[in-house]
Amino acid sequence: MTASPTLKVTIERGPSGAEVFDVPQYDNQTVLDVVSWVQQNVDPTLSYRFACRVGMCGSCAMMVNGVPRWTCRTHISKVLDGNAVTIGPLRNLPVIKDLAVDMDPFFDKWVAAEGIHHGGLTRDDPIAPVDEGSAEREAANAAIECINCSVCYAACDTVAGNPDYLGPAALQRAWTLLNDAKDEGRQTILDAVSGKGGCHNCHSIGSCTAYCPNELDPLAAIAGLKRETAKSFFKRGR
Amino acid sequence: MLNLRLYMLQRLTALLMAPLVIGHLAVMIYAIQGGLSAAEILSRTQGSVAWFLFYGGFVLAVSIHGAIGVRVVLHEWGGMKGALLDGATWLLGAGLLWLGAHAVWAVTFT
Amino acid sequence: MKAARGINSRAHPLWLAYILHRVSGLGLALFLPLHFWVLAMAMTDPARLDGFLNLTDTGIVKLAEFGLVFLLAVHMFGGLRLMALEWLPWTPSQKTLAACATAASFGVAALFFLKAI
Repeated sequence: MTASPTLKVTIERGPSGAEVFDVPQYDNQTVLDVVSWVQQNVDPTLSYRFACRVGMCGSCAMMVNGVPRWTCRTHISKVLDGNAVTIGPLRNLPVIKDLAVDMDPFFDKWVAAEGIHHGGLTRDDPIAPVDEGSAEREAANAAIECINCSVCYAACDTVAGNPDYLGPAALQRAWTLLNDAKDEGRQTILDAVSGKGGCHNCHSIGSCTAYCPNELDPLAAIAGLKRETAKSFFKRGR
Repeated sequence: MLNLRLYMLQRLTALLMAPLVIGHLAVMIYAIQGGLSAAEILSRTQGSVAWFLFYGGFVLAVSIHGAIGVRVVLHEWGGMKGALLDGATWLLGAGLLWLGAHAVWAVTFT
Repeated sequence: MKAARGINSRAHPLWLAYILHRVSGLGLALFLPLHFWVLAMAMTDPARLDGFLNLTDTGIVKLAEFGLVFLLAVHMFGGLRLMALEWLPWTPSQKTLAACATAASFGVAALFFLKAI
């Protein structure tokens, strides 16, 4: 590890404004490494969140130069503007302190979109068969790698303007369950995503799909919900 | 700020208007050749049931579509919500329909 | 991550399609009351209507008309793109559709402009 030029790291710290830190640059350094270096060497009061450091837990997302990213899997060299970078808390969520945001609205909406299992069987029933090759299963599989990092939620301009909107992650989860052979909450889900904060508020801006770190496609999932609710509108009148 | 019903109204009026807009564009491109005059427009439209239905349907659809569209912008960019937002939506729709109906009546029946 | 680095969270083709659709829609909503009011003069004051229609021969008004026709065309094609995206089996070629919508709008507006001058 050879120390090379110094990075100018601006960290947005809420009401107390932004602070600039000089951080030594290393090879193979992630944005999370940079934030951790500041916390360990300059200001131990700097608050931020992380756990797994390998892109599985979804807790370290932040705004990096105005773009939401998973910081543990983002190399600093890929986002530097010259030798400078600006790191801030995730957009569209209340800031608790420094880089830590309150994720409650994100997970509350996950539940409000009925992103929960709707079982119809008991432990005494045989396990329901799943046809791995069916179109429904492929649609369900498409989004099961979601790590709840809220990058899509932070990227969404519709969430920014409409605080009731459930957002891409929760709606994508609803779409996954709608296509899951083991989930029996079809009408419950369709009703949940048809309310005033539902999938119909989406303007297909596509920032969710553009910025998802796992390359999932919430935009397509929400379009699927719009299709299914429209069909149900013609069939049932709601 | 749309639920399923408003969304469907927005999309169905849009589908209805797509051919009407193409027709309207074609008429415009045709009509402006050699300049526009009130007499020329009225000679085409006056007493015509077909033009009344064409532009009458257009005005009805655009009143609904425009009111719902502006409603979304008022909410997302203007922060308007609740009864105020509903009131503004109805006012916009009714206003457009009133003005539009007058215009259609003026060019097709008087 | 598919998005190019160094851009802010909005500068991608679908966002541009969205903002174009919203701004054109707002523009049309503002223009419509004026359009209806002027046409209603056919009943109340035909001479004044002719006065307004004669205005359309002046250059600046022609340019404004070009703008309005462009708004209408861009809003229609943008809307058709949106409905295709939402209701037809969806493919990642949506960005191409957005580009085609804009191109077609330019085509219609340009045709109007050429005929008008």
